[in-house]
Amino acid sequence: MAELTRADVEHLSRLARIDLSDVELDRMVGELGVILESVATVQQAPTDGVEAMSHPLPLANVARPDEVRASLTPQEALSGAPEVDEQRFSVPRILDQD
Amino acid sequence: MSTSTTDALMGYDEVIERFDPVMGLEVHVELGTATKMFCGCATTFGAEPNTQVCPVCLGLPGALPVVNAVGVESAIRIGLALNCQIAEWCRFARKNYFYPDMPKNFQTSQYDEPIAFNGFLDVELSDGSTYRVEIERAHMEEDTGKSLHVGGATGRIHGATHSLVDYNRAGIPLIEIVTKPMVGAGERAPEIARAYVATLRDLLKGLGVSDVKMEQGSMRCDVNLSLMAKGAEAFGTRSETKNVNSLRSVERAVRYEMCRHGALLAAGEKVVQETRHWHEDTGMTTAGREKSDAEDYRYFPEPDLVPVAPSREWVEELRAALPEPPAQRRKRLQTAYGFSDLEMRDVLNAGLLDLIEETVAAGGSPAAARKWWSGEIARRASAQGQDVPTYAAGLGLSPAAVVELEGMVTSGRLNDAMARQAWEGVLDGEGTPTQVADARGLQLNQDTGALEAAVDEVIAANPDVADKIRDGKVQAVGALIGQVMKAMKGQGDAAAARALILERLGQPS
Ligand SMILES: [Zn+2]
Repeated sequence: MAELTRADVEHLSRLARIDLSDVELDRMVGELGVILESVATVQQAPTDGVEAMSHPLPLANVARPDEVRASLTPQEALSGAPEVDEQRFSVPRILDQD
Repeated sequence: MSTSTTDALMGYDEVIERFDPVMGLEVHVELGTATKMFCGCATTFGAEPNTQVCPVCLGLPGALPVVNAVGVESAIRIGLALNCQIAEWCRFARKNYFYPDMPKNFQTSQYDEPIAFNGFLDVELSDGSTYRVEIERAHMEEDTGKSLHVGGATGRIHGATHSLVDYNRAGIPLIEIVTKPMVGAGERAPEIARAYVATLRDLLKGLGVSDVKMEQGSMRCDVNLSLMAKGAEAFGTRSETKNVNSLRSVERAVRYEMCRHGALLAAGEKVVQETRHWHEDTGMTTAGREKSDAEDYRYFPEPDLVPVAPSREWVEELRAALPEPPAQRRKRLQTAYGFSDLEMRDVLNAGLLDLIEETVAAGGSPAAARKWWSGEIARRASAQGQDVPTYAAGLGLSPAAVVELEGMVTSGRLNDAMARQAWEGVLDGEGTPTQVADARGLQLNQDTGALEAAVDEVIAANPDVADKIRDGKVQAVGALIGQVMKAMKGQGDAAAARALILERLGQPS
């Protein structure tokens, strides 16, 4: 597995919109690298004859009928909002979004 | 970033002379299901903000999505109507991105395993020819929330702008329909784009899966366009114009981007691969996001939803139950009604086919249905800026009125001129055709004695014409009928007059 670079971490932080200082970036390259390495041991599992899966349960076609169920009240829905304005979630605007 | 400078544009004819357009269209359709794609929240349009949200569509921790059965069924029906193959097994995927319009920080979509793929839609163009648009895929996903952008003027944080988000729309089922790149459309590219979206809209309407209201955003079109120099083989860099939300705009946006690309390329400049925003008012596009790492959506299979594996039996059941495709229906009705191509085009342009079909079903003749639903009512409707069906519905007019009017003509109570008067009265709100005819005293003179007297008088006064008819020049009868009608003060029965004149002059009628 290719090693995680500082550029990779910068790219990811931009995608996730998390500001990282130079010090944090350096630390994350190391820490994320260790995590990826640890997870990579999974690749050593013998998978010959095992079908690829995205889900641990052998299930398909679980659907629900198209019937309306009660939603939250706006008060409940907005209770976790950083700020509320006009019964809406108020968040910093992302400039390149239209 | 999104400053709206005026783009240099190349003349359309020159673009066509020097370049070939390559066009791809992505259409998003909101399904008309009662509930969202992965939760039981209602989908009512125009509800108060954040009243149709729950832990699933707000992306709260621990919430478990379950797919809407009708959403899957609609997706398969759309795929079948677009002549697609239906996947035997497919999954949902997470499309990761961090915008406030998706509270989960990802959109549940499909990636490399769409439910429908490899189809086509035949599109009729204005010259009567057909263009086949190849469909790459149709996949299931969910809509995003709606953001209201507020400037810094509210002063909460100096100079800051923020977004107010309503998640009622987040999670509403969407089907995204993607065409393959269309090459070789040439100067017809804008027309093809419009015709495709119009045909797709009719098809989806016929399926009853969506209300396909472009003005309300339940059907939205993205236009991908690039140019390549004549003779080139590699596609040029494309722009993606988002949210083009009317048929007319689809056509204009394609044309605008062709002219903009043409000017850039001719000046030796590069087309930037970017999102463009369409502006309905100015008919221009402006630059949006550049396609760079924002395109890195890191798709992966959605672990909270199980695969969709529609059985072949179910797919065939759905295929068998599909409604007749609109193009086929139009052809069938044109033949059945005996309309010429020109008549049919007028009927379609005026949106009269449904009304005519209903009128015929109610016992009217196709010719009378076409006649009365065009003409005067069309003039009045267009003066109100409406189409005839909307205008007629506003008046409470039903096909039965036309059937009644036609019956009054065939029974001999009214001649054509009188029927027109009666119809005007109906459109003026004076009642049914019979009520109007009664009130206005519209009634053919059925006095056969008076008709015979008038015919004899006219024949006597026109011996030359009468001789011609005796010699077999039957078409000359028109002149005499006119005079008979005049003598009858417009209340005569023209058909009866014709028959009587011919009988008197020894000709078969
Ligand atoms: Zn919900």
